[in-house]
Amino acid sequence: MRILVGVKQVLNLDEEFEMRGDGLDVDQDYCDRALNEWDDYALEEALRIRERGGGDIEVVAATVGGEEATAELRKCLAKGADRGVRVWDDCLRDCDGMMVAHVLAAIVRREDPALVLTGVQGADHGQAQTGVAVAALLGWPWAAVVRALEFSADAGEAIARRELEGGLEECIRIRCPAVLTIQVGINTPRYASLRGVTQAAGRPVDTPAFERLGIDAAAIASARASRVRRMYVPQKPRPRMIEGSVREQAAELAALIRDIRGDRR
Amino acid sequence: MSAILVIAEHRRGVLRPVTLELVTAALAVREELRARVEIAIIGGGADALTPALSLEGVDELLLVPTPIDAFQPECHAAAGEALIAARRPRLVLIPHSVDGISYAPAIAATGGHGYASDVSALRCEGADIVATRSAYREKARVELDFPGRQTVVITVRPGSFLPATRAGGGMPVTTLAVPGVPLNSEHCGFIEPEPEADVDVSAAEFLVAVGRGIGEQAMTGEVAQLAGRMGATLACSRPIVDAGWLPKSRQIGQSGRTATNCRLYLALGISGAVQHLAGMKHVETVIAVNRDPDAAIFSVARFGLVADVAELVAELRALFP
Ligand SMILES: Cc1cc2nc3c(=O)[nH]c(=O)nc-3n(C[C@H](O)[C@H](O)[C@H](O)COP(=O)(O)OP(=O)(O)OC[C@H]3O[C@@H](n4cnc5c(N)ncnc54)[C@H](O)[C@@H]3O)c2cc1C
Repeated sequence: MRILVGVKQVLNLDEEFEMRGDGLDVDQDYCDRALNEWDDYALEEALRIRERGGGDIEVVAATVGGEEATAELRKCLAKGADRGVRVWDDCLRDCDGMMVAHVLAAIVRREDPALVLTGVQGADHGQAQTGVAVAALLGWPWAAVVRALEFSADAGEAIARRELEGGLEECIRIRCPAVLTIQVGINTPRYASLRGVTQAAGRPVDTPAFERLGIDAAAIASARASRVRRMYVPQKPRPRMIEGSVREQAAELAALIRDIRGDRR
Repeated sequence: MSAILVIAEHRRGVLRPVTLELVTAALAVREELRARVEIAIIGGGADALTPALSLEGVDELLLVPTPIDAFQPECHAAAGEALIAARRPRLVLIPHSVDGISYAPAIAATGGHGYASDVSALRCEGADIVATRSAYREKARVELDFPGRQTVVITVRPGSFLPATRAGGGMPVTTLAVPGVPLNSEHCGFIEPEPEADVDVSAAEFLVAVGRGIGEQAMTGEVAQLAGRMGATLACSRPIVDAGWLPKSRQIGQSGRTATNCRLYLALGISGAVQHLAGMKHVETVIAVNRDPDAAIFSVARFGLVADVAELVAELRALFP
C-alpha cells in the first residue's frame, strides 16, 4: 500500500527583495527556500500511519517544481519517506495553482496510492486549493483542514476531524482512496536524524517527463485558471515606530503602556 | 444579462456573517458587469435564512435543497456546478472560510473556470474581472485576471468588505433542484471547543500575545510573569499552541478566540498572518514587536518596535518589577 504526500517548496522573501524586471513576480535571487510548513505535518502524518501499520506501506513524497525543489524532497526522504517524485516542464514556469493540481493529479494516477495527503495551504501564498482541486480532477473523495486522522486501510476508510472556525471541530467518516488536506498541529513533525540524512542519499528521486505521466504541455497550459497582471509591494499603513536602543525602546514602551492603561483606570 | 452568484455560508442553521460581505462585493461590481445578483443557499433549512438575505440590490434568492443538512463538500461542489450550469454566472463568490476552501477549488477544477482564492479586492477593466490577493506572506500583492474564462470563481477574504445591511425585499425566491451525487464522506457530529479552563482571553481588555518569534518555551513563562505585572492577560498565536507551550484557550485567531473586549494588544514575535489578524485586527491599539521591519503585523499596529523579543522582554521585566 502506498501513501502519496504532495509537498511544495515555498519561497521566503529576504528583507531587501526586488521585483523581477517584468513586474510579474519577485526576483527569485532574493528568496530563500523551505519545505512548506503544512506539508511537513502531512508528511509526518503519513510516516506515522506507516509506523503504526507495519511494514508494507510505502510513503512517496511528490512535488511539482524545478531542480531546486529536489532539496525539499531530500528533506522528506531524510525524515523517512521511501521515495521522491519531482515533475517539471518548461510550461510550468509562472504556472498557477490549477496547473500544478493537474500535474499532481497525473502523478497520483500513475502512483495509484491508497491515500493522498497535502498541506491545507502553502505558507507563501495561502491559496489553499491544491489538494481539493486534485481530488476533484481525480474524482476522489476529499476533506479539507484535517487535524486528527485515523486511517484504516483494511476498511478502506478514514475517520477524521476537520477544524472549523472558532475552535469548533467536525468529525467525519470518509471513503478511501481520498485526498485529505492536513492542518498544522495534527502532530509534531520529526527532525531528520543524521542517519536519516545519510540514508536519504541512497533513496531514489524519480523525475518522470510529462509523456510518462500521460499529459502534455498544451493541456496543462490550458488548465490555467488565472494570470498575473502585476505584482507589487502595497503601500501599507505604517505604525508610529519606537526607535532607539532596546533599553530606550523598552522605556518608551513601558511609558506608553502605563499611559494608555492609566487613562482607562 | 449575466449574473453574479453569491453562495451563502451557514452552519447549524445560522447564517455566517461573511455572506453579507460577499453581497457587498457583488454589489460593487454589478453595474460594470451588467449583472443580476443572485444568492444561493445550499442545504437544508434554507428557507429560514431568506429573511436575512433579502437585501437591497439582490435580484433573486435561490434555494438548493440537499439530502443532508450538514456541510458536505461533494454535495456543495455538485450544487455549485449545477447552479453555474443553470445560471451561467460571470462571477461566483464564495467565502474564503474553512468550508469555502473545501469546495470552491473543486468547482473551479471540474468546470475549468477561472479561479482565485483569498481575494481582498475586485474590480472590472472593460470586460475583464481583476482580482487582488496577497502573496509572499502578505508582503506583496498580485492582480490576477482570467483570460478566456466565461465564469470566474473567487473565494473572498473575510473582513475585506463591509457587510451589506440595507434590507430589501420582493425579490423572487426560486427553488432549484440539483441532481444528487454519490457522497463519499459523512458528517458524524460536531466537537465543541473546550470550555475556558483557565482564562477567557476574549474578555480581557489588555492582552500580551506571544508568537513563534519568542523562540523558546521558557519565554512563555517569562512573558506570563511580565504580563501579570503589567495587569495583562497572556495570549498567543497558533504555533505556540501547536507546540504545546500554551493551552488552546489562549489562542487568538480564526481557529481560536477573538479578542472581543481587548483595547490594547501587545504582539511579541507574531508575523501577522491573516488567520491571526482575524481575531485581533479590530483592536483599538495594537503594539507590535518584531525583528522583521516588513512583518505584516505592523500594518494593523498603531505603534511598532523593530526589536528582538527576548532582549526587549528582559528590559521590560526590569521596568515592571
Ligand atoms: C485554517 C487555518 C486556521 C488558522 N488559525 C489560526 C489562528 O486561529 N491563530 C493563529 O495565530 N494562526 C492561525 N493559523 C496559522 C497562521 O496561518 C500562521 O501560521 C500563524 O499565525 C503564524 O504564527 P506566528 O506569527 O507566531 O509565527 P510566524 O509566522 O512564524 O512568525 C514569527 C514572527 O516572529 C518574528 N521573529 C522571529 N524571531 C524573532 C525575535 N527573536 N524577535 C522578534 N521577532 C522575531 C518573525 O520575524 C516573524 O514575523 C491558521 C491557519 C490556517 C490555514
